[in-house]
Amino acid sequence: MCRLTESDKITTDVDSLRSEIRDKSVRVIDVRRKDDYKQDHIPTAVNLPLATLLSDDSPERVLKLVTSMGIDDDLPVVVYDDTFGALASRVAWTLEYIGHSNVTLLETTYGHWKSLGLENDSQIPDIQSKEHSLHLHSEILATSDYLENAKTRDNVILIDNRERLNFLEQHIPGAISLPYRTLATKDKILRSKEDMKRLLDNRGITGNSEIITYCGSVGTLSGLAYYALKSVGLPNTKLYVRSFKEWKNLHKPTEKQEDASYWDLSAE
Amino acid sequence: MSKIYNQTKRNFIILTVFDLKQSAPDSAKPKINWARIEEADNFAKTVKLFRQGKYDEDSFRRFRLQHGAYGTRMTGDYAMVRIKLPAGEIYPNQFEKISQLSEQYSIGSAHFSTRENIQLHWVILEDVSEIFRGLAEVGLTSREACGNSVRNVMCSPLSGVCPDEEFDSTPYALATARFFLRNPMAQNLPRKFKFNFTCCEKHGMVRMVDVGLIPQIRNVDGSSQRGFKIFLGGGLGNKSYIGYQLEEFTPEEDLLYTSIAVMRIFDRLGDRKNLARNRMRYLVNDMGWEKFQNLVFKERAIVRATQSIITQLEVDLIPNEIKRPIRISDESIASTPDGFARWLKTNTVKQSQIDYRSVFITLEAGDITASQLNALSDIIREFSSEGKARCGFVQNVALRYVHEDDLQRMYSKLLEVGLAKSGALTMTAPIGCSGTTSCNLALTNSHRLAKEIQRKFLELKLDEDDDLSDSSIKISGCPNSCGQHGIATIGFFGGGGRVGKDMYPNYQMSLGGRSDGDTMLGLTCLRIPAKRVIPVILKIIEIFKQNKKSDDTLKSWIHRIVNGNEDSKIKSINDIKKILEPLIISPTKENDPDFYLDYGSDTSYHTKTGKGECAA
Repeated sequence: MCRLTESDKITTDVDSLRSEIRDKSVRVIDVRRKDDYKQDHIPTAVNLPLATLLSDDSPERVLKLVTSMGIDDDLPVVVYDDTFGALASRVAWTLEYIGHSNVTLLETTYGHWKSLGLENDSQIPDIQSKEHSLHLHSEILATSDYLENAKTRDNVILIDNRERLNFLEQHIPGAISLPYRTLATKDKILRSKEDMKRLLDNRGITGNSEIITYCGSVGTLSGLAYYALKSVGLPNTKLYVRSFKEWKNLHKPTEKQEDASYWDLSAE
Repeated sequence: MSKIYNQTKRNFIILTVFDLKQSAPDSAKPKINWARIEEADNFAKTVKLFRQGKYDEDSFRRFRLQHGAYGTRMTGDYAMVRIKLPAGEIYPNQFEKISQLSEQYSIGSAHFSTRENIQLHWVILEDVSEIFRGLAEVGLTSREACGNSVRNVMCSPLSGVCPDEEFDSTPYALATARFFLRNPMAQNLPRKFKFNFTCCEKHGMVRMVDVGLIPQIRNVDGSSQRGFKIFLGGGLGNKSYIGYQLEEFTPEEDLLYTSIAVMRIFDRLGDRKNLARNRMRYLVNDMGWEKFQNLVFKERAIVRATQSIITQLEVDLIPNEIKRPIRISDESIASTPDGFARWLKTNTVKQSQIDYRSVFITLEAGDITASQLNALSDIIREFSSEGKARCGFVQNVALRYVHEDDLQRMYSKLLEVGLAKSGALTMTAPIGCSGTTSCNLALTNSHRLAKEIQRKFLELKLDEDDDLSDSSIKISGCPNSCGQHGIATIGFFGGGGRVGKDMYPNYQMSLGGRSDGDTMLGLTCLRIPAKRVIPVILKIIEIFKQNKKSDDTLKSWIHRIVNGNEDSKIKSINDIKKILEPLIISPTKENDPDFYLDYGSDTSYHTKTGKGECAA
């Protein structure tokens, strides 16, 4: 468990990032779409659209992407998006998975960064490849087989991070619902440690239980939840990265809230 | 009358003065903080104790309801949080907070109730305290929104702007809410207790509630005195009653004494055993009105003589600041947007203040999305000269003090966010209680039926038909009247029907109910299968059109029929029944499987209910 020695920092605040950029001591990754990135981005940021990553997120491919972004084993990485931190979380988690130990999320979204009047430009930085080692951290990944097995144990908490109506309609048996919106505040992608702790305490998400998060399809919303749980120091958290889409495709059992027409209460 | 004139004139003067003021960048902020943050912590702790088995089921239910968290259909895992909006007032920052809370802890939509509450459904019980926390940030509470307490104190959405009112009762409604909230005398009543203030006879619901109040001015020796017409002992429910007027005139000093006196009598004599008959209306009607009335007079004399002089309503009579928001850019609209005239006619009313209108937002059975709530708060800031909104009586919300010149621009903004549907003030906006979408007692999906009727009727443009505009359709999912079917021109309550072994959703229809000066309960007509409700209403409209007199509305025509005063071919409910009967013949399941399904469901219909929370 080499992770225990690492910093427990989950997010990087705006001011720290600005000074790290000035010191050239950070690699900033913008995970928005290419066109958005081209228009403007945080100075020195490189672009890794989530779709590019997802087209093949095998460790070997991710390693290539990481080295091409000039990230070595020691360089701190800060990831941001404009999607309440969910896409950034998925990218950060992937880096963590292949063994990059110093990756954090920008505490806010790019939209908010801009609304604060902070610097941005459209320059595309010149990046030299760097070497990066590969040490898979399989303890942060849950596969469907792993999940199915884990569910039979008592001390495992399975968290569904989709919206409440989706959860009511269908979910993995035994899961509890913690919609991704619950994790954020108006201008931060994660609520404060104290607030997060209280929320999770109330829900019984505490202590040494093993926790597995999942969402709809590619592990973005649940990626954010993964970091939310880490932010309060819950030590044993895994992401079921292929999430509910794979679960259904494999025809594994699901559960629903019976005898109520909750959809008709929605104004959508 | 001179006082009324002065009143109006005074308002007018205030308006013109404030019109000249520069609009402040900050929007209006709530004047009263209804919240207590410690209740959030206390609730969270109590839920934990309950889950650990250290709190018994019944005590916990009482505690939960006292804090405004209601049970949910077929599950103990979820609650509905009912946020009280005293006098129906709501400010933009409060809308924004509720929007956020609905996304975080509910289903991404919120629901306007018929009693000026906003409800968040399908909230995990353990998250309720987080909602309390959020509400406290903007001064709102759900305390005593359920349970045996004084429920949200209502006030007409037109109070203060109604051309027919004698004075604005809003400050009195707020003061009453303030006095009874968390008041020890209102924590353990035999049953819930409701106050409705209104503006005038026409816009009120004063005879269908425990205490209903219409503001009145009396002239004594040349000086005018404020007071109320007070109605007691009415209410809708499994059995509904119409309230009685206490006395000709109750001066404003006696408002609190009367309220306390009535509640003390109810507290002392109300039925605490028979849970199905413990509302005050049963007490009044079992005892007989005259006896009850005398008791109130005696008790009021005692209260008056024994209460300390500091027991008073804090009525804040400082008028609201009215200032037309300044337009930042001059985006004049080139052409009139589509549907504007129709919307103007069916969604807005002229205020007593010249050049201003109140705009009612059409919702579907009271539902609104999180993003629409946000949009609405911006629209209030941009268009309402009082900087806040008022909830209506019919699952809707009104923005008042909108300047005539701003209406087109406001309509365009509403269009952008899907809130510009017409018909808010017509029969095409039916009430539908939550039904099987969340309620334990529901037998049918009344909520969805209300939406289906609205969609169909707007498509047929029935909102534009002047003959129909003063009628109403109200639907409950069970006999308990949350959908207020008893006071609808055409009312429905849900139940199950049966053909052989197959069940289908069914509604008891009533005709001729109303809640104005001629308040009466609708008369039972026929049981209508859910999937035949729309054709049946259309048929009633058709019969009406064939038989109406030239200046009749559907409401006035039905009123004559149910009172036996109609002289045309259709004289009675029986005559209507005969025409409708062919429409409600049950088809076989093979011929029409859809008949056997409720709206919003694709599995076979069966009635299924859980335990009610009402009598906790």
